[in-house]
Amino acid sequence: MPTVHDWINNPLAVVDGLFAQSNSSPDWEKKVVEYFKEKLKLNDAHTWVPSLNDVPLYYLKPNSLVKFRCMVQDMFDPEFFMGVYETNDLTSNSKQVKCGKYKDITVGGQVDFNSRNTVTSERQTFYCVPIPGESQWAKESYAGTSQARVVPSTSYVPNRHKRSYEEDDEMDTQPQQLKDVSQGTQSSAESHGNTEPKRQETEAPSHDSSSAHCTSSLDLNFPLPGEKGPACLVKVYEDWDGFKLNDMLEVFGILSVDPALSVIADEREASSLLDPTEVTETVEEQRVHSPPPSLVPRLHMLYAQPLVHNNPLLPSSAPENNGDHLSSVLGELASVRAELHTYLTHVLMGDSLAAEYLILHLISNVYSRRDVLPLGKFTLNLSGCPHSSPYTEHLYKVIQQLVPSSYRLCMSLHNMNNQRMVPRKDYTANRLVSGTLQLANNTSLFLDETQLEQGQLDATGVRNITALGNLISWQKVDYDFNYHQMEFPCNINVLITSEGRSLLPSDSQVNLRPTLNPPNLEEYLSAVQVAQVPSQFNKYRIYLSGARALNYTISDEITKAVEEDFVEMRKDDPQSMSAEDLHRLLVVARLLSLSHGQNTLSRDGWMKAKQLEALRISRTQQQKSLSGNEP
Amino acid sequence: MTSTASEDPLSPPSQRSRAHDTSTELQPMPTSPAMDTAAQDVSLFSSPMAPRSGTSEVDASSPLMYGTPSSRVEGTPRSGIRGTPARQRADLGSVRKAPQVDMHSEPVSESCCHSEQGAGQRLVIWGTDVNVGTCKEKFQRFLQQFTAPNSREEENAGLDLNEPLYMQKLDEISVVGEPVLNVNCSHIQTFDADLYRQLICYPQEVIPTFDMAVNELFFDRLPDSVLEHQIQVRPYSALKTRNMRALNPEDIDQLITISGMVIRTSQLIPEMQEAFFRCQVCVFNTRVEVDRGRIAEPAVCRNCNTTHSMALVHNRSAFSDKQMIKLQESPEDMPAGQTPHTTVVYAHNDLVDKVQPGDRINITGIYRAAPMRLNPRQSQVKSVYKTHIDVIHFRKTDEKRLHGLDEDGEQKLFTKERVAMLKELAAKPDVYERLSSALAPSIYEHEDIKKGILLQLFGGTRKDFTQTGRGNFRAEINILLCGDPGTSKSQLLQYVYNLVPRGQYTSGKGSSAVGLTAYVMKDPETRQLVLQTGALVLSDNGICCIDEFDKMSDNTRSVLHEVMEQQTLSIAKAGIICQLNARTSVLAAANPVESQWNPKKTTIENIQLPHTLLSRFDLIFLMLDPQDEAYDRRLAHHLVALYYQSEEQIEEEHLDMAVLKDYIAFARTSVHPRLSEEASQALIEAYVDMRKIGSGRGMVSAYPRQLESLIRLAEAHAKVRFSSKVESIDVEEAKRLHREALKQSATDPRTGFVDISILTTGMSATARKRKEEVAQALKKLIQSKGKTPAMKYQQLFDDLRGQSEAAITKDMFDEALRALADEDYLTVTGKTVRLL
Repeated sequence: MPTVHDWINNPLAVVDGLFAQSNSSPDWEKKVVEYFKEKLKLNDAHTWVPSLNDVPLYYLKPNSLVKFRCMVQDMFDPEFFMGVYETNDLTSNSKQVKCGKYKDITVGGQVDFNSRNTVTSERQTFYCVPIPGESQWAKESYAGTSQARVVPSTSYVPNRHKRSYEEDDEMDTQPQQLKDVSQGTQSSAESHGNTEPKRQETEAPSHDSSSAHCTSSLDLNFPLPGEKGPACLVKVYEDWDGFKLNDMLEVFGILSVDPALSVIADEREASSLLDPTEVTETVEEQRVHSPPPSLVPRLHMLYAQPLVHNNPLLPSSAPENNGDHLSSVLGELASVRAELHTYLTHVLMGDSLAAEYLILHLISNVYSRRDVLPLGKFTLNLSGCPHSSPYTEHLYKVIQQLVPSSYRLCMSLHNMNNQRMVPRKDYTANRLVSGTLQLANNTSLFLDETQLEQGQLDATGVRNITALGNLISWQKVDYDFNYHQMEFPCNINVLITSEGRSLLPSDSQVNLRPTLNPPNLEEYLSAVQVAQVPSQFNKYRIYLSGARALNYTISDEITKAVEEDFVEMRKDDPQSMSAEDLHRLLVVARLLSLSHGQNTLSRDGWMKAKQLEALRISRTQQQKSLSGNEP
Repeated sequence: MTSTASEDPLSPPSQRSRAHDTSTELQPMPTSPAMDTAAQDVSLFSSPMAPRSGTSEVDASSPLMYGTPSSRVEGTPRSGIRGTPARQRADLGSVRKAPQVDMHSEPVSESCCHSEQGAGQRLVIWGTDVNVGTCKEKFQRFLQQFTAPNSREEENAGLDLNEPLYMQKLDEISVVGEPVLNVNCSHIQTFDADLYRQLICYPQEVIPTFDMAVNELFFDRLPDSVLEHQIQVRPYSALKTRNMRALNPEDIDQLITISGMVIRTSQLIPEMQEAFFRCQVCVFNTRVEVDRGRIAEPAVCRNCNTTHSMALVHNRSAFSDKQMIKLQESPEDMPAGQTPHTTVVYAHNDLVDKVQPGDRINITGIYRAAPMRLNPRQSQVKSVYKTHIDVIHFRKTDEKRLHGLDEDGEQKLFTKERVAMLKELAAKPDVYERLSSALAPSIYEHEDIKKGILLQLFGGTRKDFTQTGRGNFRAEINILLCGDPGTSKSQLLQYVYNLVPRGQYTSGKGSSAVGLTAYVMKDPETRQLVLQTGALVLSDNGICCIDEFDKMSDNTRSVLHEVMEQQTLSIAKAGIICQLNARTSVLAAANPVESQWNPKKTTIENIQLPHTLLSRFDLIFLMLDPQDEAYDRRLAHHLVALYYQSEEQIEEEHLDMAVLKDYIAFARTSVHPRLSEEASQALIEAYVDMRKIGSGRGMVSAYPRQLESLIRLAEAHAKVRFSSKVESIDVEEAKRLHREALKQSATDPRTGFVDISILTTGMSATARKRKEEVAQALKKLIQSKGKTPAMKYQQLFDDLRGQSEAAITKDMFDEALRALADEDYLTVTGKTVRLL
């Protein structure tokens, strides 16, 4: 069934075609990549590609082009494969040179290992998981923009084996004779001409099928507990050094789910009997590195786009013109900010100062590092949250509504002592076992200290606290490689809610001072939520992600003024203003300017930042004298 | 056999095609079994068949007879090349034996080469350009002639460097009896680049040729030597590849050297080399060599012609040892933000169990790739190769460190240009200032502190006085930073931790004594007790940064006493008693007890650390907020700049971290300054001066420890200059820095004098004097009261306060009472004071 989108349905035909034309000159590889890049560039062509994130795997056609929005969780060893190989067809006694790129398994006939046409190439495998903590709204919004016409197979019934054999004869249009059951069903469904849009079909199934499987047999190694979605082995063919662990990517690649791949795992015993020397992999390693493709599909990367953010409402590429985009979409930036501020004030029970700081926190971003010092981070400690009340949970839900990815970590004693936060290398299975702190950039981490009760932290608990402290102070996580530790820089916005001052360090502590006291907290908060129109939320989301990406400078003139000011402040009372305070003040001034859409610090902005800080500090001091137990 | 060679005479010796040829484990090449047996008879090593043929078969069935081929030779080993058994080289594999054999059976090949390639052509091994004869001859010439006058390798210690190096090694072999010759590939390269290229490209063919050459040479020279088996050549340091990440398909079947860390070793795997078959009917024996992991089972007995009568006899088959080792990239080689790669390595025979998990090693071996079978019954193949390395040579990179010899173990290889660049930098007159300002540029000023830390990074010269009974003198410089919170102490520590290769960072709050030293734990796999080392041991030869030093429990702090002076750690727990090296510099940071530094108190009072520990720090710095306007202005400028300057601007101003790292590494490994005459005079004077200052006021102001500190600092300063001599400018700077540090930390707040006893005894001399005065005043008071045997405590205190012009605290009063009690003048019971 040839369609306009042949390159989506059967990209391997394109690859093979280009390979055949090339006459074994090596630049065909470049041509393939170029071809797909060109195709994807065309206006909204990429939206035509079905996404693994929102289409269940069994609806996708094997060897078709799919995309996957993911985070690199682990990097496996590079592997060598047959880039070009020659086969002997025993029946016709003819030789054929074939291309092995973008494929897992050789096709057709006996492979001639001694052929001089064979070319060995190298590729790298990444283990990718969906972006951890991605908010529901972001997922839905991504899925909503997709225009892929995935054909739900009405024939998806347990006895599909029978059907596929019937359909085998119809498959002669396919270049390969893969004995792949799902392919059979797909092509059959296609030939029935079912062009029903996939949306209603794809909402639900993502949980029932894949997640049910993975919990039962295979640990898919998601960083956060309770995550869902497919994990994927992405095979990268070029420039794999450019990718880093925890990078967010949108991968366009060829889906490979050949069930023959999992045969390896099943028949391991048999093959090991035959060849006792093949003990390079332990059973655990086998399981991790060659999981059944029905659970962990392989994706042969044609093209990957690094994602600066995972906000579906903003264009994903070209961070430099984001500012323009922001100003064009948000001509009414000031009003959006004001509305957001009002909204957050309501959520924070009428505390407008805390709402102001929360906005600053939400747009903070580590924009640079000076030797070990991360610049631009703004960890906020909201103290004065009521102990053991559902308030923090509601607050988290509000934040979840605003940011594309977030995670709430209840710092209960049990969690601290039992949760694995720092990723650890498992040498038996040869993989990086993920931990809660393996998060993509700009994820909001909500630490709920109100859940902490008295008791003893054990060794794990102490390690976890240390890791959290390191994360906050240096924006880095030391991954545990057993024989050594490796430092991975990160960029995570940490918000701590606590009753008193948090036991973790923070850049800024704001004591919550409610001016409202609603009799029924839950009712009040849901009323606040309902008052917001969904389109309003979208504006907030665009605003927050956009403001974060703005550029920022300080002019020489302002620099002078700030210096003067600092000296002046120190003159009156050196205790009141330390270098630390100036650091914080500079960050606050930066964030405040950005939140107003200003690219540069103005004198006015500086004064505002100072006022804000003064207000906050006076409140903290009042709190101190009130409670009187602060050292 | 000739057919194999002439099959493709026109094909260039292409690496590509060979790569796949050797990876044909799945389908054996069409070689006839007859050829295999023939191959064995004329095997390239003198065949063990020869001596074996004469023995009776009766005792051969005894269980003692199984084992490696070498043990199959009866009687005492005979000398000479014919008598010494060859040991199969499992590391090279038997894959390509047939074509090799062809070439080695010389009379035959002589003729075949003519027919094959015409007159004057050289005979080469199929698929390569290696001519066995030339190669052998070249290698023998190399062995006989190569000298390495400049060799600094530890393995060559004790050899005459002007004599042919490898001939001496051969002599060594005959004495020691270990038939292994390690050959440095770079030697071959300097001797004959072509031979080197062949060795790298065709190790599988060239190394056996080398073996042959060396054995001929050896037994020609020493025909009477008795060896366990024939000498095996083990090349190392092939410069082909240094990094695991750089391995690519082109390296397959080549000799490579990579470095890495062992993360896992497997159990020993017995691998069959030769199968022993016996006919069930006529008890006829035959041996079949394992070919690419397969045994061609004889279907017919050659003796009695019965079919399918041959049975495998396991304990007479020959096995070799094999071990799978997983190697992981060393952390230093990795680009940031990526996870380390791993490689599978197979060790054979005596290389098994040579390395343990955690070892840092350099391995030299042959890189292999084999296709993966998808399903044994299917023709489809997974288009992926399995790769591994057959190891030929191991070299532990951290071995020397274990033996505590020197720091050469971390020889970081610097290119000539880099060294020249560093030397150029060192020649600049302001190098000291430049480096210190490059240190933690984000932290403002505190120049003396940065200079102190810089000297700490370089360290003094290690001196050994074991002969005279004092053991090692500490070369490491310890520094304590104390001061107000928020003066970026932690940041400085973090920076240092990130700068030095073997740095550890701990916080006093979170660490326990065992975490710092070592603990014993049960290994989950082997169930053996193993010693796990803590931060101090791990930072041996590095710097241990301890934050929140004051929050550390006394128990934990006590272990530091030994480490900071003796530089060792003694452990006695759970049946393990040992002393570990912990030659670490300590960089600690402490906060004052009252959260803000109290300038009216001494250092000891402010941080409340035991003076015994404080005196072990060479330099104690105060990081205080200097409250002055000009400073504030510069600070503000610095901080604001931090926030808006671009990366490039910053880099222009300062040396980057990599240069600093290399500079320090180079200085630490290659500069070992010694005191010059003039410098020692200067040091003596400085010390005498220091003693004099105090003596005027009746107190001691310097102890030998201070002199040692001065020496260390001066040496470190000389290292900064890349100077092999400590000169008076070094002493001057050491004196200055030491004085600055003392001025900050040891000034008696009551008198304003620098008083070293604050640090050494925990109390200033004036404070001690004052204590005495109070006691005397109290005594006088009591005496003036006349004969009252008992007094009220409170009453006495009030009286004393009323009488004295200076304020007397309760503590002082108590102390005075205690002093008098010590004199047996009175006793204090509860609230009453009784005279004795």
